[in-house]
Amino acid sequence: MKLLTGNDLKTGFVTWWTGADWSLHIEDAADVGETGEAILAAEEGARRVNAPYIIAGEATPDGPRPAHIKDRIRALGPTVRPDLTLKPADPAAGDWVI
Amino acid sequence: MYKYDEYDHAMVAARVAEFSDQVKRRIAGEITEDQFKPLRLMNGLYLQLHAYMLRVAVPYGTLDSRQMRMLAHIARKYDRDYGHFTTRQNIQYNWIKLEDAPAILEDLASVEMHAIQTSGNCIRNISSDQWAGAAADEITDPRPWAELLRQWSSFHPEFSYLPRKFKIAVIAANEDRAAMRLHDIGIQIVEKDGQHGAAFYVGGGMGRTPMIAPLIKDFVPLADMLSYAEACLRVYNRYGRRDNIYKARIKILIHELGADEYRRQVEEEFKHVKSLGIDPPKAEFDRIAKQFAPPPLDASAPDDIDRSDPDFAVWVDQNVAEHKVSGHAIVNISLKPVGGIPGDASSAQIDVMANLGEKYSHDELRVTHAQNIVLPHVRKADLYAVWQALDAAGLATPNLDLISDIIACPGLDYCSLANARSIPVAQKIATRFSDLGRQKELGELKLKISGCINACGHHHAGHIGILGVDRKGTENYQLSLGGSGAEDVSLGTITGPGFDEDGVVDAIERVTDKYLATRTEGERFVDTFRRVGMAPFKEAIYG
Repeated sequence: MKLLTGNDLKTGFVTWWTGADWSLHIEDAADVGETGEAILAAEEGARRVNAPYIIAGEATPDGPRPAHIKDRIRALGPTVRPDLTLKPADPAAGDWVI
Repeated sequence: MYKYDEYDHAMVAARVAEFSDQVKRRIAGEITEDQFKPLRLMNGLYLQLHAYMLRVAVPYGTLDSRQMRMLAHIARKYDRDYGHFTTRQNIQYNWIKLEDAPAILEDLASVEMHAIQTSGNCIRNISSDQWAGAAADEITDPRPWAELLRQWSSFHPEFSYLPRKFKIAVIAANEDRAAMRLHDIGIQIVEKDGQHGAAFYVGGGMGRTPMIAPLIKDFVPLADMLSYAEACLRVYNRYGRRDNIYKARIKILIHELGADEYRRQVEEEFKHVKSLGIDPPKAEFDRIAKQFAPPPLDASAPDDIDRSDPDFAVWVDQNVAEHKVSGHAIVNISLKPVGGIPGDASSAQIDVMANLGEKYSHDELRVTHAQNIVLPHVRKADLYAVWQALDAAGLATPNLDLISDIIACPGLDYCSLANARSIPVAQKIATRFSDLGRQKELGELKLKISGCINACGHHHAGHIGILGVDRKGTENYQLSLGGSGAEDVSLGTITGPGFDEDGVVDAIERVTDKYLATRTEGERFVDTFRRVGMAPFKEAIYG
């Protein structure tokens, strides 16, 4: 699967294309398939997200996951500060990242 | 400490206003990211993995308590309650919102700070000896010269678009505490025939192609220092490569030209530059130097330290250094607690250090390139009170220059350029060697970790260096031995095939065991390595 990601213009936070909008949560990400480049071009024009790009991902029972470690870290937050990730209350939230 | 004059205030205020407008236009969609990126970088605002990152300049690592408190305020109000002190003696914030950047820069300007030239292909923050003005071995305080270079390089119209970034360090002691020869220009203030002058080392650096700067001129009269620096930069700006980012640093130019030919061209340029009159009149230099006048230290203050508290005594032995004035000491605050993140400090800890600087160190603090903090002027009689306050704030780890005093870049946990994480490796090493007795048995051992070849973690200059690489999508760590950023400067040599995260920690333990079994009396790790070479260590690591 292919995922479209970038950083939110105002906050810089990592964001994922859901098929209709952007979300901070990787679980909401949609497979952009062959339409990725067109969505990317349109979203670059909309100027809501910085430097969007397409990455390889994989479907899992828990939702889509980026294939590369860098984007897995992006998806949740720094591995050394679980308190600053998107799921600070869940100690197992990062089990899939590394 | 240097205080802004009307020109400094006006320049910084104008830049804040300019950047505020640029941010507004970017958020309104009036300019693209491609147009905005060079503008934000000129103001130290990067886009990293999780958010924008703001790098704030701390000129030559010197700041006062008011400025330190502002750093805490920014962490608390605009970030996530912490900051990260860097190997450029700066501080970085990892979670900045673009819309907050103008307000942050205004807050910084209110205490005579900014983020200008902390990125981009310009002359970056001038670095220096963190013990400047206090060190027993310095021949003069190098900071007035660093400040002069700061003023000269700020908004320098000719050097705002160099082929690549440019880093300058200034020291004035034979002991090099600033990795001076691993800078694009390293200046050492030296004495000759009773006069002070500047020795220029040019073309050092780390990164993809590490090089030790050769000596280009052994003695430049200080009255000519700016002109000579200008000549060095002009030759680089004229001939440095702009077609290949990997060959654009001045070290590559000097390597290709040869130091002799580069020197010849600089000397020729210098004759011309000197005629332009850019060196300041003595009265102007004296005005700057006056602001670095030594604090009023009482040399008759008691020189004894009550060491009856054993924990305090351990800390004094490891983290306190001799001051040039009797009865005083230099306090080194380690930001490397076992299992912590090297260089990180919470806003509360930053406030504690600010308060101690104000109360006990004549309102001065320093940031070190080893990602620690210094209180440079503490009365020995006050050391116990300082230690108690530090201990209560989790800032009294007694490990300066030991194996757990690790330099580590943010790595793949934060940095968009990184290939591997640095911080977890540092944490695991510090935990493995957490026994202080074991660390002290190993003695001075400088361990440095970079998460990519850009070498922000100075791995080339580590007695033990670790470089994180990406091997087919997984983190892999190369080990190198024998580097040094000090006056015995050298570049580390790679041991062989790399390791995974746990494997590199095991390999380091085998290296240190080999050292303990091999060393002779008084030898540091790096001395033993230089004496016996790589072979026995390689055998210990790989069998």
